[in-house]
Amino acid sequence: MAADLFSTPEHQLFRDTVRKFVEEELAPRAREFDEQGHFDKSLYKKMGALGMLGLKYDPRWGGAGLDWSYTAIMFEEIARGDNAGVTMGISVHTDMATPSLHAFGSDELRTRFLIPAIEGATVSAIAVTEPDAGSDVAAAKTRAVRDGDTWVINGSKMYITNAATADWLCLLAVTDPEAGYGGFSQIIVPTDTPGFSYQLLDKIGNRGSDTGLLFFEDVRVPVANTIGDIGRGFQQQMMQFQDERLVACLSANAGAERLWEVTKKYCEERVVFGKPLSKMQVTQFKFVEMLTQITAARELAYECVRRRLRGEDATMDISMAKLFTGRMTRYVADECIQLHGGFGYMRESAAGRAFVDTRLISIGGGADEVMIQYVARMLGF
Amino acid sequence: MKILVTVKRVPDPETSIKVKPDGTGIVTDNIKWVVNPFDEIGVEEALRIKEKVAGSEVVLVSIGDKVAQEQLRTGLAMGADRAILVLADDLDPLGVARVLAKLVDDEKPDLIIMGKQAIDDDSNAVGQMLAELLGWPQGTFASQIELSDDQKSASVTREVDGGLETLSFPLPGVITADLRLNEPRYASLPGIMKARKKELKEIPVADLGVDVTPRVTITKMEPPPSREAGKIVASVEELVNLLHTEAKVI
Repeated sequence: MAADLFSTPEHQLFRDTVRKFVEEELAPRAREFDEQGHFDKSLYKKMGALGMLGLKYDPRWGGAGLDWSYTAIMFEEIARGDNAGVTMGISVHTDMATPSLHAFGSDELRTRFLIPAIEGATVSAIAVTEPDAGSDVAAAKTRAVRDGDTWVINGSKMYITNAATADWLCLLAVTDPEAGYGGFSQIIVPTDTPGFSYQLLDKIGNRGSDTGLLFFEDVRVPVANTIGDIGRGFQQQMMQFQDERLVACLSANAGAERLWEVTKKYCEERVVFGKPLSKMQVTQFKFVEMLTQITAARELAYECVRRRLRGEDATMDISMAKLFTGRMTRYVADECIQLHGGFGYMRESAAGRAFVDTRLISIGGGADEVMIQYVARMLGF
Repeated sequence: MKILVTVKRVPDPETSIKVKPDGTGIVTDNIKWVVNPFDEIGVEEALRIKEKVAGSEVVLVSIGDKVAQEQLRTGLAMGADRAILVLADDLDPLGVARVLAKLVDDEKPDLIIMGKQAIDDDSNAVGQMLAELLGWPQGTFASQIELSDDQKSASVTREVDGGLETLSFPLPGVITADLRLNEPRYASLPGIMKARKKELKEIPVADLGVDVTPRVTITKMEPPPSREAGKIVASVEELVNLLHTEAKVI
């Protein structure tokens, strides 16, 4: 472990707390969450009481005011709960739907929406992607038209995590179609507003979280629900995306490490042709190759965390980390299925579930191709 | 009321323990150390009393190496008010009881709660010895604790063979915690951060002027015999025969 990042007794105590929470509340129910297609909303309250939902946020709003090292610990440990969907649901709430509100929201909005979110009393979702606008965020068409002090919203959002669970959305909408990148705004939409509805989607993996298609038909919310300035939504959302990618890397790397451990244990116990699989050289080679990749991915993500701690721009490193982690986790899941044999092909096995769950890392939060494009641009091509 | 709670640093029960080849102790490299689980239950019980009885104070005590600070910090993060670490090498149960008795003279607690035993050496002796040294009543293996409204007396339920036994006695007294007394809370993040500023006082054992000369010495430790590989038999007759002649169980 990176001793420099997690150096104090408080880091260790926090890791112990999250680990116990995961071992008692999440891991034993990992398959149950998959089968029901979501995890229990009441778990957010428990996490809120333990102080897990506002790690980086100002104590003024109930946060802990801590640096990125604690976020890293939390998602590394949550990823050990053997359910990527749960990790995704929680991270959407803590690091994808709330950062803009914390950074740019008015005091009134932060009092009404951020405080209960950090307490775990309410759950949030981030509504950016549309049927025709994924990684190309600027193609989004969902429209908010001003009517006095009210936004009237029409459109739809696609592949939205926490679709059914969320109490409110951080919505990215077009508020001025003529203004290009300056024509978007981030608007908080409570999900009990008339005209809002959703339809759940059937994903191949990450089944422990509820993902849906959202519909907005003349949804009216106050203009005061706008986060930050009208017209700055696109820029604010781009900043919010950075946190999302780094959290995805940290949790996916820890998930891969956990799968590696589970598979190693399996191979030490599984006897084939008279000796444990782990005693065969071909198996040992696979484990060493995998751990090398996992370690490389983890160290790259830690370097991003260090940059964040120093207050530096980490966009290029985070883009490369996400590209690398996405590929690494797919490779590790594939090898681990192979090492499990027939059992690996069952949903009961962590490897089988990881095989479909990890596929998302290279797509969500900006696809591999978009990460490559960013880096190419930053390199001056 | 003031409650004194012991916190011993022990190997994680899930750690696989290896005995040193020379039999003088266990291999301590790469061991994860935790609060003795029965002590953790004791801390939880003290915190629950503190939540009910306004103005209560929970003081933790550990005896051992400087690194036992980690376990005291865990207890402080759970919500205890302050901690005392008596720096000493391995003491035997009587030595521990004498050190605690001395601290009780200084601290004057109304109640002492400790784990019924530590899971490393399983002595299950200090609580009883401490009560005797102090001349206080004791309620050991508590599965339930109730204090009177004026906190002048305690009633302790114990799980005994074939049922429950309830003892009542005046305080101050010594209570040792059994497994089912409660389920300890996790330290919350705010609790962890608050613990940083709480007092953790270190006292070298020599400063206490207590005789801790060991009366018990460990002569040798050895691991339990390792299990031999199983055998697959061809028929029921062979199985019965082997159970009779080799295993000698029928």
